[in-house]
Amino acid sequence: MYGKGLRALSLATFAALTATFALVFFYAPLDADQGFIQKIFYVHVPVAIVTLCAYVVGAIFAALHLRTRDRRWDLRSYVVIHIALIFNIIGLLTGAIWAKASWGHWWVWDSPTLTSFLIVFLLFATYQPLRFSIEDPERQARYASVFAVMAGAFVPLNFIAVRAATATVHPRTFGSADGGLPAQMAWVFVVALVATVLLFALLCAYEIAAKQTKWQLRALRRRLLGGEAVAPLGRSAAPALGGPDGGGVSAGGGGSAPRAARNPAGAAS
Amino acid sequence: MSPLAALLAVAPALPLDKAGKYVAAAFVVFVGVVVIYVAIMGVKLQRMSRELSELNAALDMRAEAERSTDGVEAPPR
Repeated sequence: MYGKGLRALSLATFAALTATFALVFFYAPLDADQGFIQKIFYVHVPVAIVTLCAYVVGAIFAALHLRTRDRRWDLRSYVVIHIALIFNIIGLLTGAIWAKASWGHWWVWDSPTLTSFLIVFLLFATYQPLRFSIEDPERQARYASVFAVMAGAFVPLNFIAVRAATATVHPRTFGSADGGLPAQMAWVFVVALVATVLLFALLCAYEIAAKQTKWQLRALRRRLLGGEAVAPLGRSAAPALGGPDGGGVSAGGGGSAPRAARNPAGAAS
Repeated sequence: MSPLAALLAVAPALPLDKAGKYVAAAFVVFVGVVVIYVAIMGVKLQRMSRELSELNAALDMRAEAERSTDGVEAPPR
């Protein structure tokens, strides 16, 4: 059934987040320059890193969808980008809070790091409206995948361009000329990064399980009560996992998805 | 002394001063967004659970109808 391993992943995420919060406040030393405000770094930076990596992962999944025409890859790409957008919002908000405390302004347009992160957010914020604007599920999946690949390719280029920018007031966390992070801070940062990755994976797993269960229920209703008992498919940004009538399920597992995606009518029976 | 009070007694004091509210705000944003997301997932789960109950009830009704039909049509011994 769907959601395999969710319990273990949930427990691991909870343990990692608890350990992170305890280490951040009771183990990590205070930064000599920024003081207590630097604690925001343990939330903001891992979230930003996971967000950018997730966009690239979403692009890879989208490329796999275009290559195989397997709708499971489209679902994974959609969910990863969806959760990455939520993490992007957290990154923007925590960054703005840190900027207000440190620089006295909520936002500094001169900073390439901030502005580029906002541009990446705005770019991927168009992903959902793009999907919503296309009614045919097959075309929707294909166009969204092309967009995800293009936008995902933009992320590392954008990152390199920002790193190459000479004048920036935004602090550099790694590989700076000042020697980078002290060992204790680096250790806590690694734990925070692992916790954030686990949280991201957990939310993706929940979302995918919920979507698959929803479609499974739809197919079950159709089989038990007949086609007229199933509400017609409305326009949606979420990937359609069944046939055109919404009766079938093709993203469950095993090897049935590619066949069902290519022959939706057969999946609905 | 409760375990929480004991933990707080040994924990080092945090230099909250002016930065405290900003750090608290950042962590509240992080936890808050996740909690909102989990709440939305909870609502979705409730909806699916309700739909599953409906399908179970429909299945029970169908089974009962089949049983009663079988009883009427069965030839007397």
